[in-house]
Amino acid sequence: MPEPFSTVTSRVISIPRANIDTDQICPARFLKITDKANLADALFFDWRFTPDGARRVPPSFIDEPHNAGRQIFLVGDNFGSGSSREHAPWALRAWGVRAIFSTSFADIFKGNALKNALLPIVVTPERHAALTALLAADPDGEWTVNLESQKVTLPGGDSFDFEIDLFARTMILAGTDEIGYVLSQLPAIEAWEAAHPARVETREGAAAK
Amino acid sequence: MAERPRTLVEKIWDAHVVSSEPGAPSILAIDLHLVHEVTSPQAFTGLRERGAKVRKPGQTVATADHSIPTTDPSLPITDELARKQLVQIEENCREFGIPFHGKDCPTRGIVHVIGPELGLTQPGMTIVCGDSHTATHGAFGALAFGIGTSEIEMVLATQTLLQRKPKTFRVQIDGRLHPSVGAKDIILALIARIGVGGGTGHVFEFTGDAIRALSMEERMTVCNMSIEGGARAGLVAPDETTFAYLKGRKFAPQGAAWDEAVARWRKLPTEEGATYDKSIVIDGDKLEPMVTYGTNPGMGIGVTGRIPSAADVEPGDREELERALAYMGLEAGKSIAGQKLDVVFIGSCTNGRIEDMRAAASVLKGHHVAPGLRVLVVPGSQQVKKQAETEGLDSVFRAAGAEWRESGCSMCIAMNGDQLEPGQYGISTSNRNFQGRQGKGGRTFLASPLTAAASAITGVVTDPRTVTATPAVEAH
Repeated sequence: MPEPFSTVTSRVISIPRANIDTDQICPARFLKITDKANLADALFFDWRFTPDGARRVPPSFIDEPHNAGRQIFLVGDNFGSGSSREHAPWALRAWGVRAIFSTSFADIFKGNALKNALLPIVVTPERHAALTALLAADPDGEWTVNLESQKVTLPGGDSFDFEIDLFARTMILAGTDEIGYVLSQLPAIEAWEAAHPARVETREGAAAK
Repeated sequence: MAERPRTLVEKIWDAHVVSSEPGAPSILAIDLHLVHEVTSPQAFTGLRERGAKVRKPGQTVATADHSIPTTDPSLPITDELARKQLVQIEENCREFGIPFHGKDCPTRGIVHVIGPELGLTQPGMTIVCGDSHTATHGAFGALAFGIGTSEIEMVLATQTLLQRKPKTFRVQIDGRLHPSVGAKDIILALIARIGVGGGTGHVFEFTGDAIRALSMEERMTVCNMSIEGGARAGLVAPDETTFAYLKGRKFAPQGAAWDEAVARWRKLPTEEGATYDKSIVIDGDKLEPMVTYGTNPGMGIGVTGRIPSAADVEPGDREELERALAYMGLEAGKSIAGQKLDVVFIGSCTNGRIEDMRAAASVLKGHHVAPGLRVLVVPGSQQVKKQAETEGLDSVFRAAGAEWRESGCSMCIAMNGDQLEPGQYGISTSNRNFQGRQGKGGRTFLASPLTAAASAITGVVTDPRTVTATPAVEAH
């Protein structure tokens, strides 16, 4: 069951690239697992290691010691494009990431992230540029993301509000299990099903309506 | 009072809303849930942990496609993780009562190929799968989209999803395509035009004369890559082509139920006067065979074009272009045609159906692949494989020096051992040219089956219009 989550305060990692796809975030060969173990090691794997398995020189930003433990990313437009693999947000969470700022996120990634209490925070291009400049000037400053107040506080005290899906916000703040929420509305589902016969029967021999 | 005219997507949406509370996403009923071995194991674990059952096993169907080898099926699976995953899906399906089209089943194949060929995919349905190429099924006028593993568990447990209504984006393709220009070129041209994030938050509806003229399989190719344009789904309104394809298929309605279904399906198309949130018109007459040069599917150009240089793109896109060309080892300003290849891959949920096999064979017949080139032809399903063999297409491929494989996702996602080696160039009929997608360090050109087959003969990226195709089989 999910745990309630409301605030993260952390230094920030900048990844100034647009269209970072899920094959970069978590390459497909790490999808052969049947659990969620060890995914932190898969994060941006091919950026960190050469095809023959050696750590890249200089090391990828992910492996730079001063970036260890940072929980907030500032990334380029259309982050998480590509596949539906939830392994991408699992890997980000396993590595420690709790909030990502971008000008946009791919739809499926965004939904998957919210289901894992990983906050995809959309900002305007102007705000994004200002945050990028701030981070360049103060690379070790701590930012605070408060989901409850929907506020970001920057080093020096400046702050701004952000928008996020309010239903997801409620779920994450309370640590509510979405499946439990839907199952609590089972009578509505049963009523719908009673009025709408199944369109297909996938089991051989069983009669389709 | 007349109702407001609605789009195809709105009609399907409205027909499936179970409940919607203010502020909350709607609970949307799901008609068909497709399951495969890679994204489902953790969802079944979740079900077990909460002591839940699969609510509608008869609206769920599973297969093994992503990590399954395409080599001799009598050989043991040497990749221990893949083997475990394949055992797991079988056990999960048995435990939860889900029909499983497994390894030795004649109806196994890529999930997006078997749904339509079995007649499971039908107009007006909501269809989901833990795979972003679920959009393929939109070719039938179904609202079909990819979901994550948490959502797979939700659908298994409740046969519903929490969803917000998507915005609509009309993609109108006018005119008539050149015979060597096809569905793959339409979708690559669209994505090159709008970018890989162009459809974010939207669902495409493909309209226009060039779309209407496409076969069902070609429509599937177009819809398949909607996600590469950022849209979770892409639909084509059902018509006579759709009904003719479905009639008589194993899981399609039969007898009186068929007539009733067709009558229902005829009411689905978008009504006159309905509006879309966004739209684009593309002139099909002007399209040429498309090839990608970069590391996302939006980096595509006509096969007679030149690889762009920094001056050709917006200032904000320059860095990405330079990074892509560096990874691809390509020089700005050079022609894309003539670029050297190591591997040709023909297959995937985008282009692994029988018409794709026929198209590739029509080009390769009577030719041999270029010396030193590896050419892999992987049918999208065991039924496609069997049909191709009945038509003698496998002999055409083998005689040309290509490998003819068992069905599966294969080199599209490189999870099963079929992959590019670091630095190799491959032309591929699949859907993604992301860095490392087809193997660590591999470099992908995306193209149609005709372009890939023409390139197989020459060993370099080749305009299919410069190669004469001969039908590999008599017309059907």
